[in-house]
Amino acid sequence: MIRAVVLAPERVLSRPALDVDPGDPTVVQLAADLVDTMRAYPGCVGLAAPQIGDGRRVFCLDVTGHPKAKSCAGLVVLANPVLVSGEAPKVGREGCQSVPDLTGDVARFRRVLVRGLVVGTGAERTYEADAFEARAFQHELDHLAGVLFLDRVAGAHAIFQRKTYR
Amino acid sequence: MTLLAVSVIGVDRPGIIAAVTGALAQVGGNLEDSSMTILGGHFAMSLIVSLDADPQVDEHAVRAVLEPITASLGLAAFVGKVTDQPDHTSLGSPYVVSVHGADRPGIVSRVMGVIASYGGNVSDLTTRLSGDLYVVVADVEVPLAVDIEALRASLDAAADELGVEITVRAAEPDLL
Repeated sequence: MIRAVVLAPERVLSRPALDVDPGDPTVVQLAADLVDTMRAYPGCVGLAAPQIGDGRRVFCLDVTGHPKAKSCAGLVVLANPVLVSGEAPKVGREGCQSVPDLTGDVARFRRVLVRGLVVGTGAERTYEADAFEARAFQHELDHLAGVLFLDRVAGAHAIFQRKTYR
Repeated sequence: MTLLAVSVIGVDRPGIIAAVTGALAQVGGNLEDSSMTILGGHFAMSLIVSLDADPQVDEHAVRAVLEPITASLGLAAFVGKVTDQPDHTSLGSPYVVSVHGADRPGIVSRVMGVIASYGGNVSDLTTRLSGDLYVVVADVEVPLAVDIEALRASLDAAADELGVEITVRAAEPDLL
């Protein structure tokens, strides 16, 4: 089911989300809703549960076809994910469905190792990602920690109004 | 050398920079430093201008040469003398302070009050309003003697009071 995306300053976006039982049917439904909602927003490459108002540690992402992507695991859905390691930080501009009018320059690791549980089976799964997909992983992991890109912008000159054309 | 502070602000339209800097050039003014941007549809210029050639040219002459331009473009202008020896001594370590939350009056003043009470010096600050979301990002130099955890605790208390989120991070140097 497509759910409404919650916008900042909604407080659920700034609270750490809680671990889940990946076999719980309501978690399976949550994951399905996340994917449906991500697919419904053009250009959306990832969505975390707090963004649909649910404070549980589940996210999805899919950078397939994105021009900045190098590694591409296709559709990723993870419960209780953790950043195992990251290296080579790089500043890049990013936006967020929950902060639709602003973008910011944020330093992220270029290569990451992320581990989490497959929703449904609970099997452990590790992803190695780089470039844009690595950025997407870190952005979604931040959401589960109650952190927005606004908390990480590189400085006063690193926040921008998203361009609108009349 | 005479240094002037020149501020010009007015409804944005093409040609403001060309007209204002053209007038300054006419009287031999050099742009030592400047910041120009659009604020809420108004174009705002803050300039430090040096006058070194003609002793006849002072702040009154600059006001006079700007007058016809500001009148025709509908701009407000300020011209004043400033000291040519500002204190460039570094105060401490650079941090980025981010604030975001529901818009309400007094967010900037409350947060900056805390930073000032620790002797923190703000070198740049941007605010954005997007719907109900208010965002402040400040580059702040914090004196070395300050216990950064104490500053964080004071900012956390202000954040709770204001119902906003405040993050303090050490500014990362540019990675080359």
